[in-house]
Amino acid sequence: MSHVPPPLVDNDDDLFDKDNENEDLFSSAMDDMNIVKSGVINPLPDLPTLQLSVEKSLASSPVDESTHEDVSVHSPTPTQKYQPPLLIKDSNSTGTDHYIDIRVTDATKLGDGMAAYIVFRVETKTNIPVFRKTFFSVQRRFSDFLGLHEKLVEKYLRLGRIIPPAPEKSVIGMTKIKMSGSNDVSPPTEFLERRRASLERYLQRTAAHPVLNVDQDFREFLTSETDLPKASNTSTLSGAGMLRFFNKIGETVNKITYRMEGYDSWFEEKSQEIENLENGLRKLHSNMECLVLARKELAVYTGALAKTIAMLSNCEEHTLLSRCLAHLTDLEEKTETLHHEQANSDFSTVCEMMKDYIALIGAIKCVFHERVKVYQNCQHSQLMLNKKREYKAKMEFANRTDKVSIAAQEIVEWESKVERCEEEFNSISKMIKKEMERFEAVRVEEFKAVFIRYMEDQLKHQIQLVKFWETFLPEAKAIA
Amino acid sequence: MMDGIEEVTNNLKEARSETVDLSDNSLVVDISDALSEKDKVKFTVHTKTALPEFQKTDFTVVRQHEEFVWLHDRFEENEEYSGYIIPPAPPRPDFDASREKLQKLGEGEGTITKEEYIKMKQELEAEYLATFKKTVAMHEVFLCRLAAHPVFRNDHNFRVFLEYDQDLAVRSKNKMEMFEGFVKSLSHSTDELLLSATVKDVNEFFEQQKNFLIEYHNHLKDATVKADRMTSKHKEVADLYIKISMSLMQLATTDNTDLEKFLTRVAETFEKLRKTEARVASDEDLKLSDTLRYYMRDTFAAKRLLYKRLRCLANYENANRNLEKARSKNRDILAAEAAQQEACDKFEHMSDKGKEELVDFKSRRVSAFRKNLIDLAELEIKHAKAQIQILKSSITSLKNGE
Repeated sequence: MSHVPPPLVDNDDDLFDKDNENEDLFSSAMDDMNIVKSGVINPLPDLPTLQLSVEKSLASSPVDESTHEDVSVHSPTPTQKYQPPLLIKDSNSTGTDHYIDIRVTDATKLGDGMAAYIVFRVETKTNIPVFRKTFFSVQRRFSDFLGLHEKLVEKYLRLGRIIPPAPEKSVIGMTKIKMSGSNDVSPPTEFLERRRASLERYLQRTAAHPVLNVDQDFREFLTSETDLPKASNTSTLSGAGMLRFFNKIGETVNKITYRMEGYDSWFEEKSQEIENLENGLRKLHSNMECLVLARKELAVYTGALAKTIAMLSNCEEHTLLSRCLAHLTDLEEKTETLHHEQANSDFSTVCEMMKDYIALIGAIKCVFHERVKVYQNCQHSQLMLNKKREYKAKMEFANRTDKVSIAAQEIVEWESKVERCEEEFNSISKMIKKEMERFEAVRVEEFKAVFIRYMEDQLKHQIQLVKFWETFLPEAKAIA
Repeated sequence: MMDGIEEVTNNLKEARSETVDLSDNSLVVDISDALSEKDKVKFTVHTKTALPEFQKTDFTVVRQHEEFVWLHDRFEENEEYSGYIIPPAPPRPDFDASREKLQKLGEGEGTITKEEYIKMKQELEAEYLATFKKTVAMHEVFLCRLAAHPVFRNDHNFRVFLEYDQDLAVRSKNKMEMFEGFVKSLSHSTDELLLSATVKDVNEFFEQQKNFLIEYHNHLKDATVKADRMTSKHKEVADLYIKISMSLMQLATTDNTDLEKFLTRVAETFEKLRKTEARVASDEDLKLSDTLRYYMRDTFAAKRLLYKRLRCLANYENANRNLEKARSKNRDILAAEAAQQEACDKFEHMSDKGKEELVDFKSRRVSAFRKNLIDLAELEIKHAKAQIQILKSSITSLKNGE
């Protein structure tokens, strides 16, 4: 097992070092699994049964999610696998008896100056038996969330899982908070509230995934009372961060240039679909952002009008008209609040969901790309195998028996490697299809729920508006 | 865009009707038609009269904006009318904003879909039409107020304006005249300042009116600006609904899950909401902004009245001083006495008239605010209810997956 795989592609250079590292990690992970399978090492003694079962399901990845759930959770029927996301609050009680409800609350500022950071309280309510308790409450900082995501990516990306992306870092927003000096973060600023909401959505999305929600690290994140070890490479400006950045660029180039021929057209079609979806979402997202901005300005202008009407009312010499103008001021102020609320609804309901989905599409692209990498690996192994065979034939022809036996051994090695690769390729392809199916199902549900909620918000606001004006109307009529 | 203008007139009749005093039909003026040519707007002024001073009982003339301004200036200059509030001149037709937007839209044509372009263009045309109608209505209001006024209706220039079927040969001011006008208005305002500082008004009513009007005018001006900003932003919000509806449509067409139907419906809802939202914006503009604007200009006219009265008072005081001087020098006493008497009469007459006018102005203002605020409230309720209807039916159908 000591054989290090050769570079993936010929043009590999330093930039892709990290890739190779991943390769190593991965091959060793595979090795580990084999060992676990054979029961030699048990890497996590605290939860032996579950870890084993999870690892098993990982090793034999195409196997149904229910493999491990059979162990940990009591027999879900196949249809229950597609849990609606928990963002939709009411629907998690339908379909399955198990729920996991996660709330991110209270932001607290700790530390001073540039070293200051924010911790959020993460509260979990669940009845999934693996969690052992039904309620947890822990404090986590932003980098912990990123660390969790990293860990999940490391473990599951290879297997073709779509891993919900963690929210992005915001240097500016955080710096503002650091500069603000005071440690009082209540009432939360808009930035903090948005971050809180996006973290909550992130955890809920992960929790809605039938495999990720019982993952060891995920559970530890939700339940461990102690602080998590600080994630190393989540810092924005760290070396690892830069490396990741370069990797991303490298991979993007790779994604653009590499075309797989003759393989499963399903993936070609899906890629196209995903591409279209992303374009559509981006356009909608930017238009919604414009709307949020315009509506906020409208709210501000309405407020300004209310103020001038108030002045006018003060100066108006006709008593009844003055009173009516005062009511108009009041009404415009209420309308201002209403516009603000509507803008928030525009933003948090529609805009943020679009953003989440754009990020999710990024995760899908990653997983697609992962498959391409596996494929390339296969191609490479196949190539090597052929070379070795040629070499062996050559040696046989030259009658160099010593070399022939070495070559024969190598051939066996490469043959098993090719086999493993192909197995891996098939399993990742299958897994992606399954994950995509889940993604689509969740997406349909979530889009529907979100737009309906958005309409309901608007409805609520319009009903209020009618009330405002209906109380105003008699005042206007009272002017004699 | 300009093609639509000829049709404007058909709709004009409905747009206004409340401006003419129906109790007195002896002189009724309306603008029966308006035509936009390049940067000029030609108004067809239609007059129906029973007054013997006019040669015919029913006639029309074509007038341009500059001629309206000319007419206003004649009233403003006329000494006889210094005790009256002169109806404010209509604002210059201004379609630059619409034109600019259209041009911008044309430049960005490549970046948006065809449907989006068409919709945005329709929106702009509607906006242009609304501005046009409003301009016409303002010009009409000006004439109607003159026609309804017991003194102004008999003015010679006004009759010429209504009756003379040739061009009045008024040209728009050239640069020199514009400059002169500016200097004049500057000297006006300095004179006004000087007078308010030097001349002590003995009459409490006018003193109080002056203070009130100055303050009131400023607040109205402020409120008008703010209301304008608000309504135009509201319109922008409504216009963004078009874009959102379009991108939802695009999303729907590329989707092959059952979201296709769902998103199409959401897009349609946005489109419907857009229409009522735009109506809210334009009604706020019509009922709130325009009321504020009109009375901003009317308070300015009232302020002018007070200024003229103060000027008159200063003249009267001057005449008093001259009389005293003449007496002390014992020279030209008779002439000075006559001048003093004349100034006194003029001032008193003006004060009486002015008081009447200001009281009248107040009741006019209050009733106009009342009417427009009621209209506004009713329209807002109507539109919000329409939105509720749209949203309710859309939510039900979205939930049922129809």
